[in-house]
Amino acid sequence: MTSTEKSSFAGRYPAGGAAFPHRDLLGIGQLERHEILYLLDEAEQWVELNRQATKHSDALGGLTIINAFFENSTRTLLSFEIAGKRLGADVVNMHAAQSSVKKGETLIDTAITLNAMRADAIVIRHGSSGAVALIAGKVDCPVLNAGDGSHEHPTQGLLDALALRHALRARGESGDDFTGMTVTICGDILHSRVARSNVLCLTALGANVRVCAPPALMPAGIERMGVTPFHNFDEALAGSDAVMMLRLQTERMDGQFIPSPREYRHLYGLTRSRLAKAAPDALVMHPGPMNRGVEIDSDVADMAGRSIITQQVEMGVAIRMAALDVLTRRARKVPDWSDAVNTGRWA
Amino acid sequence: MKQLKPLTITGGRLALADGISHGAVRLIDGRIVGLGEISAQDGDEVLDARGQLIAPGLVDFGVFAVDKPAFHFGGITRAALMPDQSPPLDVPSRVRFVAQSGKPDFWVHPLAGATKGLGGRELAEIGLMRDAGARGVATGRQWIGDSGAMLRLLQYAAMLDLVVVCHAEDAGLAGHAAATAGEMATRLGLPSAPAEAEALAVARDIALAQMAGARVHFRQVTTRGALDLIRQAKAQGCPVTAGVTPAHFMLSDLATMDFRTFARLSPPLRPESDREAVREAISDGTIDVISSGHDPRGPEGKRLPFADAEPGMAGAETLLAMVLTLVRDEVIELPRAFDLVAAAPARLLGVEAGALIEGYEADIALIDPDKPWVIDSRKMEASAGNTPFDGQPTQGRVTRLWKGGVAV
Repeated sequence: MTSTEKSSFAGRYPAGGAAFPHRDLLGIGQLERHEILYLLDEAEQWVELNRQATKHSDALGGLTIINAFFENSTRTLLSFEIAGKRLGADVVNMHAAQSSVKKGETLIDTAITLNAMRADAIVIRHGSSGAVALIAGKVDCPVLNAGDGSHEHPTQGLLDALALRHALRARGESGDDFTGMTVTICGDILHSRVARSNVLCLTALGANVRVCAPPALMPAGIERMGVTPFHNFDEALAGSDAVMMLRLQTERMDGQFIPSPREYRHLYGLTRSRLAKAAPDALVMHPGPMNRGVEIDSDVADMAGRSIITQQVEMGVAIRMAALDVLTRRARKVPDWSDAVNTGRWA
Repeated sequence: MKQLKPLTITGGRLALADGISHGAVRLIDGRIVGLGEISAQDGDEVLDARGQLIAPGLVDFGVFAVDKPAFHFGGITRAALMPDQSPPLDVPSRVRFVAQSGKPDFWVHPLAGATKGLGGRELAEIGLMRDAGARGVATGRQWIGDSGAMLRLLQYAAMLDLVVVCHAEDAGLAGHAAATAGEMATRLGLPSAPAEAEALAVARDIALAQMAGARVHFRQVTTRGALDLIRQAKAQGCPVTAGVTPAHFMLSDLATMDFRTFARLSPPLRPESDREAVREAISDGTIDVISSGHDPRGPEGKRLPFADAEPGMAGAETLLAMVLTLVRDEVIELPRAFDLVAAAPARLLGVEAGALIEGYEADIALIDPDKPWVIDSRKMEASAGNTPFDGQPTQGRVTRLWKGGVAV
């Protein structure tokens, strides 16, 4: 199941290990377009496997994967755990709330400790931007960023692209890239790592991306990332082919950013009537967890044929399987994957 | 230690206020007694400068640590110490102790903490601290948010004829920011504050200083908007001065791209347009002082995620070389360089040093301005090697240093 070239994708990316020359997956920002496509294409086999009655591969048999989560998570942690287990790896979860981090141990010491336990891959979530790259610089195995502060959440960006691809294919479109498509991301853009990874991923794949937020939740200079900012949600929605809603990250807010949830819903909530302003068959997305009745109404979140929120969750497992498989190939001595790699530090 | 024997340094190029001229300097009893075309007298110790620059020892205005090896490496013979010590310099006894702490080969000029505990509310015993050796008053790393408290401070300092050293960052806008709002902070997902936080603070403090008739010095002015305000205030005759550290004329926020915490500074690095504005302000005289902001931070403070790391850089060793790049880039001429790093800060402190003038303290640096070297964070004299210039090739080194006529 780990064949590195498939006939249908031949020529889309370099052969062998050159298709993904990174040791770590720290952010979409480090990836070339063809590397993004490579991970998406690799995930297809795992989408298929995950739809079988028996969902198991031994590709990563004997390997140890540590999920080190310094920030609370339910869905991402579960998704990574299932991904590792379906690939046959031994998966261990470390919750920071129960760890020596609370006893004053530094992040670097924790990283060195995990490294000494000879993990074959470490999945990290941390509340500070750049923390995952910092750990990656201190360990010898591949590191996967499961979200660092407000910086990046690369597997989320990838799984959203994969979910979009599948939704487009279900409509008879190629879904190979998103040229000509308009995607609107609305919500707490300022604090959202999901927004950043999605902006990078969607623009790399050719989509026109709009971001929409009240001024206090719109980061300065976001247009320099190749997106169009909006403060008026109705204007942002006009002609959008997909709408991605984000929750308000009140836990990261330092001060008051909006007057109240009901006022937020009034201006930025995705209601059925608002959705009607988008393209007629516009897709609805949300990375979860949702605050129903705030940024998204229940009838929109559950709208058959339009909402692909559950598909996003499904694709998440496949993307994480692909990432774990690809990043451990060098250690597993997969043929043609023995070349030197970029160790993950930004040049 | 006193200078025991007269010393004449010959064959050098004297860095005088009005230009560079070939000649010699003669030092007796810790003072400069002769300058120019003079020769050594019988009994003098004689040193041939071999064409190197004979310059005043640097006066570093606003450092956070007394780190002698680093200061001596950088040709710095005096420094004004910020009150942000542990415990803070907010009582006369601490000031008196610190004022003696570097002698004999390094002089520390304490800046008194403006408020008790640097809390920004209650005035500290500034008059007693002045008489204990404080050469100025500083708000510390923080801005004083309460405008009433700031006005009272400025009035009090004006009465005592002490300069007030301000940190210009509006606290409400700055919050817990670790970066300047803009493309780079957005890409990195760092908590950020708009650059206008600086102009806002400068505007208020200039207005209050004019009401109080106080002298204010903004230790670091790093944005175009704030520099424009200072330029205007100076044109109106307001006794305001401004400083900056090399990071803000050498680097932009691009240096934070890899989350490198050595580039985590306060105020944070700015976009390129502000860096250009700082260079213009150095060139046109809006900026009076360039200091190192020396703030060595070990791995405990720096080997952390960017926003969690402590701000600050070890800058004493690289101050001179970075200022000399401004000369090579034709932003300023050589005599002005020594005004920025020695004479102007000495004037602010009211000490007879920082310039080659007969009767002044014999703090002398012999400098090879072209000597190439590479800045290496692992091989620094400072107590920590947190320099954002790590790995950068540069030019200009101090080859000999005298404090009060005594070789260091």
